[in-house]
Amino acid sequence: MTYQLETAAHPETLRRVAIDPVSRVEGHGKVTILLDEQNKVHQVRLHIVEFRGFEKFIQGRPYWEVPVMVQRLCGICPVSHHLAASKALDVIVGARKLTPAAEKLRRLMHYGQMLQSHALHFFHLCSPDLLFGFDSDITKRNIVGVAAAHPETAKRGVLLRKFGQEVIRVTAGKRVHGTGSVPGGVNKSLTVAERDELLKDIYHIIQWSRDAVHLIQQVHTQDPGLYNSFGIFRSNFMSIVGHGGDLDFYHGTLRARDDNGRILFDHVDYQDYDDYIEEEVKSWSYMKFPFFKSIGKEHGWYKVGPLARVQNCDQISTPFAEAERREFVDYAGGSPMHAPLAYHWTRMIEMLHAAEVIKELLHDDDLLSDDLMVQGERAMEGVGVIEAPRGTLFHHYRVDENDLITMANLIVSTTNNNQAMNEAVRHVARRYLHGREVTEGLLNHIEVAIRAFDPCLSCATHALGKMPLQVELVEADGTPVHSLSRA
Amino acid sequence: MSHTFTLDGKPVPFTEGQTIMQAASAAGIFIPHLCYHPEFKPHGSCKLCTVKVNGRHTASCTMRAAAGMVVESETEEINAERRALTQMLFVEGNHFCPSCEKSGNCQLQATAYHLGMMSPHYDHFFPNRAVDASHPEVLLDFNRCILCSLCVRASRDVDGKNVFALSGRGIRTHLIVNARSGKLGDTDFTLADKAAQVCPVGVILKKRQGFAVPIGERRFDKAPISATAETTEER
Repeated sequence: MTYQLETAAHPETLRRVAIDPVSRVEGHGKVTILLDEQNKVHQVRLHIVEFRGFEKFIQGRPYWEVPVMVQRLCGICPVSHHLAASKALDVIVGARKLTPAAEKLRRLMHYGQMLQSHALHFFHLCSPDLLFGFDSDITKRNIVGVAAAHPETAKRGVLLRKFGQEVIRVTAGKRVHGTGSVPGGVNKSLTVAERDELLKDIYHIIQWSRDAVHLIQQVHTQDPGLYNSFGIFRSNFMSIVGHGGDLDFYHGTLRARDDNGRILFDHVDYQDYDDYIEEEVKSWSYMKFPFFKSIGKEHGWYKVGPLARVQNCDQISTPFAEAERREFVDYAGGSPMHAPLAYHWTRMIEMLHAAEVIKELLHDDDLLSDDLMVQGERAMEGVGVIEAPRGTLFHHYRVDENDLITMANLIVSTTNNNQAMNEAVRHVARRYLHGREVTEGLLNHIEVAIRAFDPCLSCATHALGKMPLQVELVEADGTPVHSLSRA
Repeated sequence: MSHTFTLDGKPVPFTEGQTIMQAASAAGIFIPHLCYHPEFKPHGSCKLCTVKVNGRHTASCTMRAAAGMVVESETEEINAERRALTQMLFVEGNHFCPSCEKSGNCQLQATAYHLGMMSPHYDHFFPNRAVDASHPEVLLDFNRCILCSLCVRASRDVDGKNVFALSGRGIRTHLIVNARSGKLGDTDFTLADKAAQVCPVGVILKKRQGFAVPIGERRFDKAPISATAETTEER
């Protein structure tokens, strides 16, 4: 199963269909499909075509610049990189345990980001597919169409995201690319006015998040034939898990399960991540393919993100989200749910949890404290791991005695899902495209499978509905046969 | 005995020996500048403080004021020239404001905002300049050097150490450290030196301290550079 449809035996005899770029995702990627004369699918690949190079060009820079510099990887969830880098550098400056205020302020920043990113993905990027259908009228299958047909839903999507961005602004200094987190702590606490401003709206935010869970739950359960099987593949899954097995986005230890939910490893200090995870390079993509060392690259790949996290934890600490998690687990029937479209359901459960945690934190007076920084015995190497909106994010740095970075290794969330996304795309191609005339609606099925993972393909750029989709069918000799374009 | 000249049509008093820049600063009028510092002998090299005196271009930091002078500063023509000079400074070095510790406290950045610089306009040089991290307390990031020579003057004239110098000629001019190894760690430079306090950009930085001051609380977050002319020595 793993390598089926990855490489065709005789590609030179096949026609090539390319979805380039994939739309309504973060970043730039493309899908290529090789078909024979009967439109039978022989090869499907999700390619990541951007090259970023951050790991290289931060070498030789002073370590204290890194949390601010590496967050430029992404404009959607820069807080993830900002915090993962800070956590790695906490180890280097000897700040193994932050002050309560610093840890809570960082957590607030991160949960604000989780809220805004999940809202953006669900409402702006995916709700057109989910509310109108995968091959519905393309002129309405976008956020503007959602705003016209479901104005209240669209408005809530905008306001949920705005609230998350405000949480980031008051903790990081800016809505995008702030500087709040520094090695050893944070540089600002909240003022009473900032806290009270957020408290005014948080109860709406929680209610709207609950409604969003119920909306996607209804969509999912009304069409189980589609939602439980679309793009399905079985795989291992991984996330960090907090104290006592709680769902935790900010801190914890690594836990992985196999496709049946059996624990593969647990309570792993992420400083030792490279004893457990290795990355494979494939010539056709700039994105690496990570896998569990103990299982090997053929069967050791895994998925991360909401679907992994919600099923990997033992419980969620906040009441509304925990109730929704139980409903989801009951629906899954006692074994892990692997359907990619279930990512949407679990993502909304996470958004609800983020909103509830934000409420709890806003009632904690530690947020107003000025006890923000610690440092201790200097180390030369550190690893920081965080659960970013899209999944587990690793930052690993080494510094020299002059405080300059000598090595950086980043495994971003979407990289962890690389093989998983390819598998989902292949399943959809087999199920929907095999033997059929290619249409825009059918190709959107491929994109729907990719979008479920909320990939940040370059972890750097994004485009919303503006990216033209061009599909060309070309004979093996290069003769154009058929083309479709979406302006 | 007090005299006056006009600056953009307004009378400005001066005392004998004052430059146009000194008289304007004393009167609370901002003239953009980078290499000028009230505590040091004018250098006249950055040319940002160029004004027109009786119709002729001159550096206001070196030109002594004289009674009856007609000085133009805030005109579209002169600001366009200042903007071009600023753009050249940006492309000659590697100025990545988003990850620079000096962002918000940087005179080059603040001057660019003041002049309405919207883009670098010119092709970047992308020079390959390594940082000097050899000193235990101070990092030198040559990527951001604008050759104002303030550190050279401060180290030589105030600290009496002569740690820095400008070497090379023309476009190859660059800041060096006066040590056999060329490394700051091999000099007697300290954080307490005046030269450690005067850099208008982000070349001379205290080590292991980054982004300690939040966005919104940095010097030019609070007021534009034109409103802080009288406190330019506070860097």
